[in-house]
Amino acid sequence: MATFKKKTKTKQDIPTSALPDIIFMLLFFFMIATTFRESELLVKNSLPQASELTKLEKKSLVSYIYIGEPTDRKKFGTEARIQVNDVLIDPDQIVQHVITEKDKLGEDGDKITMSLKIDREAKMGIISDVRQQLREANALKVNYAANKKLRLD
Amino acid sequence: MLKKKQKDAPEINGGAMADIAFLLLIFFLVATTIASDKGVTVMLPPKAEQTDVKVKTRNVFNIIVNSQDMILAQEEQVNDLSEMRKKVKEFVLNDWTKKDPKSSESPQKAIISLKTDRGTSYDMYISVVDELKLAYSEMRAQYLKIPLEDYQNLDKDNPAQKEKLDDAKKAIPYKVSDAEPSEI
Repeated sequence: MATFKKKTKTKQDIPTSALPDIIFMLLFFFMIATTFRESELLVKNSLPQASELTKLEKKSLVSYIYIGEPTDRKKFGTEARIQVNDVLIDPDQIVQHVITEKDKLGEDGDKITMSLKIDREAKMGIISDVRQQLREANALKVNYAANKKLRLD
Repeated sequence: MLKKKQKDAPEINGGAMADIAFLLLIFFLVATTIASDKGVTVMLPPKAEQTDVKVKTRNVFNIIVNSQDMILAQEEQVNDLSEMRKKVKEFVLNDWTKKDPKSSESPQKAIISLKTDRGTSYDMYISVVDELKLAYSEMRAQYLKIPLEDYQNLDKDNPAQKEKLDDAKKAIPYKVSDAEPSEI
């Protein structure tokens, strides 16, 4: 009986004084890993899937172009449009955009990679227009953003 | 007076700190989309300078995708992409023997010509390009006599592995001509 009494007396509290530290550690990890979208999307953007992906290496050398159907149909219509930074542009403005992006990079301007984030429902017509413009602007390294697809075979 | 102050040393109640940290943590957990900047990398051809490069028709594998996303490979309709991949591999490698007159003379000379219509969907286009990339990866893996997964895990930054990669790239160069779309 005496032994039972002893057991009930033992402290059962888990020390929680280190809990905030652990939580803070996690918090810092997520704070650092978080990247907020730099521009608000004005076009639909669900990426296609592909299996042979390469990772973009130097983020500073990457410039993004979004293509897809505008989310605001009343304002911009239903035709697929091109978005850079925060504005919708026409294909013939891309050369100008690439030149400004290249200027921002200074010496490394020619190493620029264009990341095309294109909605999976877009048609090749507008994409080829963009591609012609990129060739015109001599930004030849292009990355078609895609999500990982698992192959079963 | 002084004694009294020392007795109850000013302690901040830290019990709620965990709660605050949790709150922030949950916010960041929800807000985070870990950036996955991955995609299919291609090099565009330089601006068209009217240079007619003569290529034997034998060495060109034609893929045409129309606005209904139907694929025509070497004038034959193919229904699924893995079939196309098989044909591409047969064409490029030519069984390593160069016997078949319908296939390319050698992997170095083989060119894949990919034509799309303005109405082709982007989804289809990416699938085709992806399939071509996979076909080439498989062929290079075969050339190096290693499994495909090992080939895909080769690291560019490791000199010994880079040599292998370069070797495979040289033996089987990825030559895909992305022609300007037309009305098909």
